[in-house]
Amino acid sequence: MSGILNSSIGRKFAMALSALFLMFFLLQHFAINILSVFSPETFNSTSHFMGTFPLVQYVLQPVLIFGVIFHFVMGFVLEIRNNKAREVSYAKNNGGANSTWMSRNMIWSGLAILAFICLHFYDFWFPEINTKFIQGDMTGLIDPNNADSGFRYFEELQHKFESHVRTIIYVIAFVLLALHLLHGFNSAFQSVGANNKYTKGLKNFGKLYAIIIPLGFIFIAIFHHLKHVLS
Amino acid sequence: MALDSKTPKGPIADKWTNYKNKIDLVNPANKRNIDVIVVGTGLAGGSAAATLAELGYNVKAFCFQDSPRRAHSIAAQGGINAAKNYQGDGDSTYRLFYDTVKGGDYRSREANVYRLAEVSANIIDQCVAQGVPFAREYGGLLDNRSFGGVLVSRTFYAAGQTGQQLLLGAYSAMNRQIGRGKIKMYNRHEMLDVVKVDGKARGIITRNLITGEIERHSAHAVVLGTGGYGNVFFLSTNAMGSNVTAAWKAHKRGAYFANPCYTQIHPTCIPVSGDHQSKLTLMSESLRNDGRIWVPKNMKDVEAIRNKTLKPTQIAEGDRDYYLERRYPAFGNLVPRDVASRAAKERCDAGYGVNATGEAVYLDFASAIQRYGKEQATIKGLDVNDAALIKKLGQEVVKNKYGNLFQMYNKIVDEDPYETPMMIYPAVHYTMGGVWVDYNLMTTVPGLYCIGEANFSDHGANRLGASALMQGLADGYFVLPYTIGDYLSDDIRTGAISTETKEFEEAEKDVRAKIDFFINNEGSHSVDYFHKKLGKIMWNKVGMSRNVKGLTEAIQEIKALREQFWKEVKVPGSNDELNEELAKAGRVADFLELGELFAKDALNREESCGGHFREDSVELDGEQKGEALRNDEDFAYVAAWEYKGEPSDAVLHKENLEFNDIELKQRSYK
Amino acid sequence: MNLTLKIWRQKNASDKGKLVDYKISDVSPDMSFLEMLDVLNEQLINEGDEPVAFDHDCREGICGMCSLYINGEAHGPDRGVTTCQLHMRMFKDGDTIFIEPFRAKAFPVVKDLVVDRSSFDRIQHAGGFISVNTSGNTIDANAIPVNKADADKAFEAATCIGCGACVATCKNSSAMLFVGAKVSQFALLPQGKVEATDRVLNMVRQMDEEGFGNCTNTGACEVECPKGISLENIARMNREYLKASLKG
Repeated sequence: MSGILNSSIGRKFAMALSALFLMFFLLQHFAINILSVFSPETFNSTSHFMGTFPLVQYVLQPVLIFGVIFHFVMGFVLEIRNNKAREVSYAKNNGGANSTWMSRNMIWSGLAILAFICLHFYDFWFPEINTKFIQGDMTGLIDPNNADSGFRYFEELQHKFESHVRTIIYVIAFVLLALHLLHGFNSAFQSVGANNKYTKGLKNFGKLYAIIIPLGFIFIAIFHHLKHVLS
Repeated sequence: MALDSKTPKGPIADKWTNYKNKIDLVNPANKRNIDVIVVGTGLAGGSAAATLAELGYNVKAFCFQDSPRRAHSIAAQGGINAAKNYQGDGDSTYRLFYDTVKGGDYRSREANVYRLAEVSANIIDQCVAQGVPFAREYGGLLDNRSFGGVLVSRTFYAAGQTGQQLLLGAYSAMNRQIGRGKIKMYNRHEMLDVVKVDGKARGIITRNLITGEIERHSAHAVVLGTGGYGNVFFLSTNAMGSNVTAAWKAHKRGAYFANPCYTQIHPTCIPVSGDHQSKLTLMSESLRNDGRIWVPKNMKDVEAIRNKTLKPTQIAEGDRDYYLERRYPAFGNLVPRDVASRAAKERCDAGYGVNATGEAVYLDFASAIQRYGKEQATIKGLDVNDAALIKKLGQEVVKNKYGNLFQMYNKIVDEDPYETPMMIYPAVHYTMGGVWVDYNLMTTVPGLYCIGEANFSDHGANRLGASALMQGLADGYFVLPYTIGDYLSDDIRTGAISTETKEFEEAEKDVRAKIDFFINNEGSHSVDYFHKKLGKIMWNKVGMSRNVKGLTEAIQEIKALREQFWKEVKVPGSNDELNEELAKAGRVADFLELGELFAKDALNREESCGGHFREDSVELDGEQKGEALRNDEDFAYVAAWEYKGEPSDAVLHKENLEFNDIELKQRSYK
Repeated sequence: MNLTLKIWRQKNASDKGKLVDYKISDVSPDMSFLEMLDVLNEQLINEGDEPVAFDHDCREGICGMCSLYINGEAHGPDRGVTTCQLHMRMFKDGDTIFIEPFRAKAFPVVKDLVVDRSSFDRIQHAGGFISVNTSGNTIDANAIPVNKADADKAFEAATCIGCGACVATCKNSSAMLFVGAKVSQFALLPQGKVEATDRVLNMVRQMDEEGFGNCTNTGACEVECPKGISLENIARMNREYLKASLKG
């Protein structure tokens, strides 16, 4: 097992594992966020649970952050190495004849997603960490001194989608996420060696996943934005 | 001088065993001190290099391609024969031996052929152990098919890519030895001379095709597995690079060249489409298992087809001439290659050719599709009267068997052979003649061996389908490694052979002089110009049927062309770079000499046998009227030519062929 | 047909090289692509220029010697063929055709359109074999029955001609389709399973050392492969490799 990350297949495997993990996380993230559309209360209580439960906070969250960073760093490392494997490029290359745009541009959709994640952290994660760990407010309440003020999560979420620009950026980012997933989902399974009679079914499922999840996120963003605009 | 084949005494079935029991061996420690050069890395050269290295010799292997895996054995399609009798249809070592001698029209050496049949079964075991993925039946056992000229199913195959799979097997065996350092591989190197020291072959001169460097390589023995010389016809099924140079240089250094006129014209190739044609593509003989060959019976249909006003599928069954089935009811479409080719030429010469050039016949799968379709419908319990279903099911079966060949045809001709019959015509394919070797596979130069298609030994005047792969691997894996040991046992004290000797120096000087000549010659025509001209002379006058007048003219014309070549050939570029024109010039120079000897040999052999058909030697009446007539009384010998300068000065040596175990008969496939 | 050709000319490995324009006329649609280049070369020789160097040998799509990146695709626009089987009927009168060598760091250009693919050979030296002596003293060929489906899959993997189109076409210059095919052929057969662990580790190690890129599963190789080698083989190699890594 030693040195597996020094081999091409090992790196590819690690990339796929982190991807599978992130895709699972995305599903979970979506499941919670969609609650905000149907039931702000459930959304608030679930968010509070996730935000304060020690196993999530001190074990899963670091693992997730590591996963995200690993996936990005490995993605860059592979891209650089792969570019080095062809020193002179073709004068004419017709990549569209044999592969999808998504598969050839994972680095660009990935970079866009990275930029989005930075924004997302700025929007939610940094304030959250600031509130909880710097100011020491673990109550999750709008007014920490007033137990009746209610949880702050839903309000924060709504507040963010008031801006046109932010909503548009979110929508664009999710479109790119969809493109990333359209290739990435099946690619991850191929990388871990799963290519058999179930592959066809899995491919279709992957396409559904890659479209439905980002579409769902877009729906949530627009839903809250419109709610603000129309109210 | 009569040639001594060094065939061991005793009953034919025991010769090889007795021989192996009595030869001298080299002990493993001494093998480490002995170098062997193997030129060519096809089935024969590749398997020999791997086996010799495995035994412990230091092997240097050479090929002109960029990898040993690309040698032209890779293009063999149909299969490999072996007397396994897995089908229980009456096959045996003797029957394979008998079929091969008969198929070769009684012009091969009995003892060699028997040995070939004897080791054939081992080849299959060996290849399976190496991971060659032969076709299998559902029970997991190996499948067989039948090939032309025999009555049993003994051909093992891997779809239409058997040669590729076997070569990759030999290549993998080589890889193992290259990885261990026992084979030193020289890719993109061309052998340009053999070096003899004290009468023995002790090395070669090569040119690095990338850098142009001329190199000396020494060894205790030299093995040539450099393939056939079909490209003397310019158009053939050989690879573009296939050439006679190594064999011809050996000939010039004293190795006799045997039966150059025995050339196999393969009946099922894609017809020539125009002047730009650079090579011909074979459609495996296995297609004749299911395809039926025909031309229209009526001239008006022929004309309508050429005018494209009529499609072949519109010609009624009764208006088709299935000429092989008509002429040879016992073997039908599965007559040997030489017979099938001449029959096609006969019909086309009579004006019944079905393409624009008048040089094509049909190979039709419609009835096989029907037959298989009905069979499948019955197995699956479907309606056997549903014509569309039958066709679909039948096409699936045919696709399974020959899919890659059909696709290849479709890409080249732009017609769909599932819907319309293929057009085929004979093309030069294999050369039975080659460097003369004795039972040990040694040439007339001590220490110089020749194996595979490059030698003359096992196929007589005609080779049966699926026997080339068998011979290449038999020579390389199982014969040469024994026989060469007997010779090398005298060399255990010789020590390394120096390349800093007068002999090497002179050989290198000759090679350099020739290269300098080509580079500096102020010529006016490209190398291909001469090669194409040579090909035309060969095909028209030394081709499928030969006569005294044509052969005499051919000898004169080739000689004149050769003289013109040396005056007017133009080679661009320089020596110290990758220069394909320079490499080609050297090869064509040798073809221009071989071509003349070829015609001379054909003129000498006043009989029809196998691939050599003389119009003045045919049955005059009876059931066999018009068929080839052999003359055993005067020509049951191997014609081995000794080099004396000009091809016209070559001296004939005869090895008389004795047939003790097979009765000489006129071949009949009626 | 009359065509404009933009051909990569490079004197030798150290030369920088550039695209050069050539005009060629009266091209027959029945010609193969390489026959068209033959005609061009004949023309160049007669005009006193140096002919274009390109690799080719069998000209029937099996030796794997021919290469060429034609109009942005390995072996040109047709599917399931090598360059030697590509016919001019795929092009139109007046077309401009780009002709470049297969490009990858592991396939350095030797001259013009000729590249050095010996890296493929070295991968095979590292483990592309079953360690059985060629003595002929093996067990009978029918002693080990092989499931037909496995035998067929092994055969399909083994039909790889080693041309390098997969590498040339891959945006990452990855050789995984080639190596995957080799690993699969042996891994699928009982004879090959014995040393499967070492084989896959050694071949992948050598592949990495040669400087090929990493597979990102774009699937371009499968599309451009003249023999239609399936991506399944890469997945199988990944499995075999992971299995072997855990073992070793």
